[in-house]
Amino acid sequence: MDNRLLDIKDLAVHFHLPEGIARAVDGVNFHLDAGETIGLVGESGCGKSVTALSILGLIPSPPGRIESGRIIFNGQDLLHLNGEGLRKIRGRDIAMIFQEPMTSLNPVLSIGRQVAEPLMVHQGLGKSAAFDQAVRWLDRVRIPAAAKRLNDYPHQLSGGMRQRVMIAMAMVCGPQLLIADEPTTALDVTIQAQILSLMNRLKEELKMSMLLITHDLGVVAQMAARVVVMYAGQVIETADVTDIFDRPFHPYTRGLLKSMPRTAGRATSRSGRLSEITGTVPPLTDVIAGCKFADRCAHAFELCRHHPPKLLPIGQGHNARCWLKEHPEHRRQDHG
Amino acid sequence: MQRFFGNKNFAVGFVLSAIVIIVALVSLMWTPYDGNKMSARERLQGPSISHPLGTDQYGRDTLSRVMVGAVNSIIVGLVTVAIGLSAGVLLGLAAAYYGRLVDESIMRFSDLLFGFPAVLSAILITSILGPSVINAMLAIGIFYIPIFARLTRAVAQTIWQREFIAAARACGVSEWAITWRHVLPNILSPLLIQGTIQFAVAILAEAGLSYLGLGTQPPTASWGRMLNEAQTFMSMAPWMAIFPGLAIAWAVLGFNLLGDGLRDTLDPKMVRAR
Repeated sequence: MDNRLLDIKDLAVHFHLPEGIARAVDGVNFHLDAGETIGLVGESGCGKSVTALSILGLIPSPPGRIESGRIIFNGQDLLHLNGEGLRKIRGRDIAMIFQEPMTSLNPVLSIGRQVAEPLMVHQGLGKSAAFDQAVRWLDRVRIPAAAKRLNDYPHQLSGGMRQRVMIAMAMVCGPQLLIADEPTTALDVTIQAQILSLMNRLKEELKMSMLLITHDLGVVAQMAARVVVMYAGQVIETADVTDIFDRPFHPYTRGLLKSMPRTAGRATSRSGRLSEITGTVPPLTDVIAGCKFADRCAHAFELCRHHPPKLLPIGQGHNARCWLKEHPEHRRQDHG
Repeated sequence: MQRFFGNKNFAVGFVLSAIVIIVALVSLMWTPYDGNKMSARERLQGPSISHPLGTDQYGRDTLSRVMVGAVNSIIVGLVTVAIGLSAGVLLGLAAAYYGRLVDESIMRFSDLLFGFPAVLSAILITSILGPSVINAMLAIGIFYIPIFARLTRAVAQTIWQREFIAAARACGVSEWAITWRHVLPNILSPLLIQGTIQFAVAILAEAGLSYLGLGTQPPTASWGRMLNEAQTFMSMAPWMAIFPGLAIAWAVLGFNLLGDGLRDTLDPKMVRAR
């Protein structure tokens, strides 16, 4: 508990849309210790990004609203901070990397200017001092000839280079927590590996914690110590990364693992084909009485459709939100 | 540069407008004659070696007056665009940022200004405030405000949606700083294009007002005013009308083409395709 950096408790974020209330985040709990990397995993639209944005207080409001919960960062509830207080934390204590390096950099500002900006904002550095530091950071994220590149504009850089610039921008102020929202999804595989190892190296050097949002379990395996699996705005399973891969409990987590290609070790399924999780995430505006995954779950039984399961411990540091915990007899063996 | 001059509109527009500007600058230091100096002996003379563009009813040199008129037109263009741009950009940025009631009231106010035919309203304003070049510039400038406000608002709204704005926020940049340092630089090129075109329109509008006697007052040389004075002597001294008329057409065409050329070359799609 001493080194707990971030603790999210019962976070609920709703979007008030003309179609109804979208419960994008519906009672999320998880925590992050100092120096730890956790992977926040789930399909598109399961509330991963919204959770991340609420940490930074960047939920567009309206239509979004944080309905309840607490986000405790270094003992301070971020939800009780005013705009100015949050702004001071953003970029200085908590930084964020976005998915699309193509669109996350301002096209009309030089990259040096953009990397220097957080320094000017938070440390009150003058332009030249900030630019000096920016060069050092561009160098640190392995941008070749950083000093020359300083005055380049984003469109002159490749996707991987731009993501390096984004990383430099996020890290210049030495944040304690880095939120990376699908940092490598938009990049090709060889670049992905480089970016991930760069992030890992910088994380070690800066002794940061990282909240890594992804739908790619391969990335999680490479980076994270602990995994939080989200589905339809709820946490459905949390466990150490080895437990997630070796002893997944929730049918959804198992489905995710089976839909992931593997080159060695276990076969994916008997036919050797990748399996998929049938169906799609229910619309967030739907009010679902039972388990939100019940409609897509091969093991679902009567109880699942009417009563929501709770997130309960099933092992050492391993929690799952599934009725199969109490009723293991309903697990169908042919579906893993 | 290659990119700009490869565009015919821009190249022609640039040359035409550059000539207008050069002529205006030269006239500040030198004109063949003092444009306001009357000479009873040289009244209504046709083009000749000593007066290439002829003289008017007071014997003033038309070439000198056309040159001085260029200064007048450029000042009118600059001042009116400056009025429209500064107020319009502020209002447009505010409308795009605050949205809702602020947006609604600013845009309805714009509609209101837009609803009046600009020249008619300029006539109204100058006849209330009294005819003078200052009032004419004020009138034209005021009617430019909604043009720039709408443009700024429309472009700024799309910029605010972009991911790099979220990225800037995530770095702790304040909303105010995002507005000025991230949003505004992204809307400069449409503003530059619109500004150039409104510059041309202002020259035409001022000429119109001065022709009606509501703009530049005698004896200051103004192309519109010169046309007005030429009217009476149309049959006797057609050069008095032809040359200021040509000057107006030249300048308006030049700045319009420049604006079109800028639009073609600064189009974001084409910039990306580079």
